[in-house]
Amino acid sequence: MSSAKNINITLKIWRQKNANAKGGIETYKLDNVSTASSFLEMLDQLNEQLVNERKEPVAFDHDCREGICGMCSLYINGRSHGPETGTTTCQLHMRKFKDGDTIYIEPWRSKAFPVIKDLVVDRTSFDRIQQAGGFVSVNTSGNTIDANSIPVPKDDADKAFMAAACIGCGACVASCKNGSAMLFVGAKVSQYALLPQGKVEATQRVLNMVRQMDEEGFGNCTNTGACEIECPKGISLENIARMNREYLKASII
Amino acid sequence: MKLDSKIPEGPLAKKWTDYKDHLKLVAPNNRPKIDIIVVGTGLAGASAAASLGEMGYNVKAFCFQDSPRRAHSIAAQGGINAAKNYQNDGDSIYRLFYDTIKGGDYRAREANVHRLAEVSGNIIDQCVAQGVPFAREYGGMLDNRSFGGVQVQRTFYAAGQTGQQLLLGAYSSLSRQIGLGRVKMYNRHEMLDLVKVDGKARGIIARNLITGELERHSAHAVVIASGGYGNVYFLSTNAMGSNVTASWKVHKQGAAFANPCYVQIHPTCIPVHGTNQSKLTLMSESLRNSGRIWVPKKKEDAEAIRAGKLKPTQIAEEDRDYYLERRYPAFGNLVPRDVASRAAKERCDDGYGVEANDTNEGVYLDFSSEIKSKGKEVAYAQGNHDPSDEEIIKLGKQWIEEKYGNLFEMYEKITDENPYETPMKIYPAVHYTMGGVWVDYNLQSSIPGCFVAGEANFSDHGANRLGASALMQGLADGYFVLPYTVSNYLADEIRTGKISTDATEFAEAEKNVKDSIDKFLNNDGTKSVDYFHKKLGLVMWNKVGMARNEKGLKEAIEEIGQIREDFYRDVYVPGSSDELNPELEKALRVADFLELGQLMAMDALQRNESCGGHFRDEYQDAEGETLRDDENMSFVGAWEYKGQDTTKAVLHKEDLKYEFIKIAARNYK
Repeated sequence: MSSAKNINITLKIWRQKNANAKGGIETYKLDNVSTASSFLEMLDQLNEQLVNERKEPVAFDHDCREGICGMCSLYINGRSHGPETGTTTCQLHMRKFKDGDTIYIEPWRSKAFPVIKDLVVDRTSFDRIQQAGGFVSVNTSGNTIDANSIPVPKDDADKAFMAAACIGCGACVASCKNGSAMLFVGAKVSQYALLPQGKVEATQRVLNMVRQMDEEGFGNCTNTGACEIECPKGISLENIARMNREYLKASII
Repeated sequence: MKLDSKIPEGPLAKKWTDYKDHLKLVAPNNRPKIDIIVVGTGLAGASAAASLGEMGYNVKAFCFQDSPRRAHSIAAQGGINAAKNYQNDGDSIYRLFYDTIKGGDYRAREANVHRLAEVSGNIIDQCVAQGVPFAREYGGMLDNRSFGGVQVQRTFYAAGQTGQQLLLGAYSSLSRQIGLGRVKMYNRHEMLDLVKVDGKARGIIARNLITGELERHSAHAVVIASGGYGNVYFLSTNAMGSNVTASWKVHKQGAAFANPCYVQIHPTCIPVHGTNQSKLTLMSESLRNSGRIWVPKKKEDAEAIRAGKLKPTQIAEEDRDYYLERRYPAFGNLVPRDVASRAAKERCDDGYGVEANDTNEGVYLDFSSEIKSKGKEVAYAQGNHDPSDEEIIKLGKQWIEEKYGNLFEMYEKITDENPYETPMKIYPAVHYTMGGVWVDYNLQSSIPGCFVAGEANFSDHGANRLGASALMQGLADGYFVLPYTVSNYLADEIRTGKISTDATEFAEAEKNVKDSIDKFLNNDGTKSVDYFHKKLGLVMWNKVGMARNEKGLKEAIEEIGQIREDFYRDVYVPGSSDELNPELEKALRVADFLELGQLMAMDALQRNESCGGHFRDEYQDAEGETLRDDENMSFVGAWEYKGQDTTKAVLHKEDLKYEFIKIAARNYK
């Protein structure tokens, strides 16, 4: 990009050898970062520098770098996925920072997401919530009815899609003062609650998923809304409301 | 090594049905006695693990990511094909089969591709039943769009996130089986070797990426669904972790590796920004439905654009060269990927590129015509038959936003340019690999008991892959092919009993893995793993990239050999083996890329023709179109491993027989 320039920055990064070790902030200077680089490319550059100095590079999670796999995380200057709204860390670019900036980088902070090393945390609790009921119990045989035999109103399909667009990155949990996973779980419950295919098991699904969510040690929702603001995919609080309705309904039946 | 494709006899349309009717079965009460390992949890792996688990086998699934939901299938944008003919535009199983064979430049197996087309409809039914929220029309029916290389609308989609929704669907089925205890999931584990006992695949050595511990896992059959090897180029649209290690270890254990030179270069990626670039981002091919591709007609305009003196919007209509529409009037901007990619390269090589970097590689993908025509349509539909230009453009932008909003947003985030106001800049990039582990009709490799599915195998795409066909193949293999063919193999294993991991074969394999890890960690080198990976990538892109020639390929083979030597001598890998160590993970993967890269060049060198993703400068007609040699080159090139120096690899040929369709030149004009 023709408008790109190079900047020098200072990084304050959380280093932690492993889950049991005590962690702390380390300071690094990094020069000549192109503003066209992504945030993770900037970390690559830092790691290259560390390897060349024969120091251990900073461990961080990342994979697709297209904002869709949900693997990247990072608390940047006190915000999940950094300063830009609607953006994953991999899609955050250094043009959002200025020459001479100091940037704080920390791992997701939540009891249910224990640190594995440096900036890498364990998010398998999300998998276990999904395993508790985040599916439609249909056999994988292909012997189902024709896909068009149950019409789905476009509005419902669109809403289900908007909920299903959750990438499971965990920014909602990290942003929440209670460490609540209700935006994630609400999105999953909503996707199936809105579609005819998911209705049959709706009662059991929401009860099971919520039970697992509680067992994993996530906190409750107090309607602060930080999760929605920091969600890189714009998952709406509406989904939490829908989950609560589904849960209440399921508890009465 | 003898290659037996095991293609069943009989008429094409009945092959799979008849074959299935005669495959051996494992009775439900015997299935819990049998263990299956699935490596990789993308569309092929997750659907296979879920299906096999549901059938009652004991399944162990492995992925290197922190969750199976992150497999790179999730990043596929555009859609999935199926011969449903919902749009009544003449689609059929035969047509999907024919388009796929033709799109693959007549280098795929007829029988495999026909099976793919046959089960395509079931995939959509299955996914909808699982709660995958595909796009719908207002009447509640599924919506379709078209893709490059075809003239019907057979692509099902979920905005620009189809791969995500399909993968999450497969992941939900997998999660159900994990919850039920039928599948045991190993996240953050990497397969580092295949273990053979008496010639059969009997297990794997996996490394727990968190603790570094090497684990032995045994099974009666192993399914590899570990994706493609595009990251051999360093820069590609693949996820950073995508690697060839699982397939390459299988190859090293005796499975043939087929057509490695067939690499798809995707025409619509965001151009490279600079030296720190870590990967490339794809813009969905579906954008070609609405965008027109052009470069300036005059070189001085292109130069002025690159210098920042002229904006693309200032170039008059008659000074724009819509080169795809000019060269291929019948298909226009919707020509197949290989044709579109080469045409872009040709314009940029000639000096008409518009990107202001040291390569000048970039062409425009322009939505202004579509904004105007759709805006007018919407205005009319709203009863406004005399809309102002302003109204038209406003409505047109809204229409575009509804259809492609997320892609436009993504583009703006990466490039800092607003594609509603100025045309997108795109350029081809390495995307999908059609080559892979050689498999027979059962998707079994040349090692008994080792099956390979999805992008990791070579079978269905030929020399080129049409849009929206990769998702189809991944799910077809996992949901609808492997459950039958793996069972057929396992029918002879019900008396085998538990396979012990104490066998010497496991101990030996584990020791070999440990030695290679220790060698890296004790190496007194000075350069990072990425240093060598980038070097390899540059050679691959320049000499084994979009166009190849004999001289370049011979140089590449030499140079890669040299890089490999330097790598083992001078790589520095920090940290230890008993902890999370991403640098060590990369080193082990790059070691395999350095062998594969050389084999890719070898394969390209022996293929004296141009076809699909493989374009040899020496074989083109006067207009720059590909020249295939059907008489001499209509074969699958399957390589046998003969050591780390892959110039020693031995080529075996599986002849491709076209019994049911006539081979013809691919003409998109």
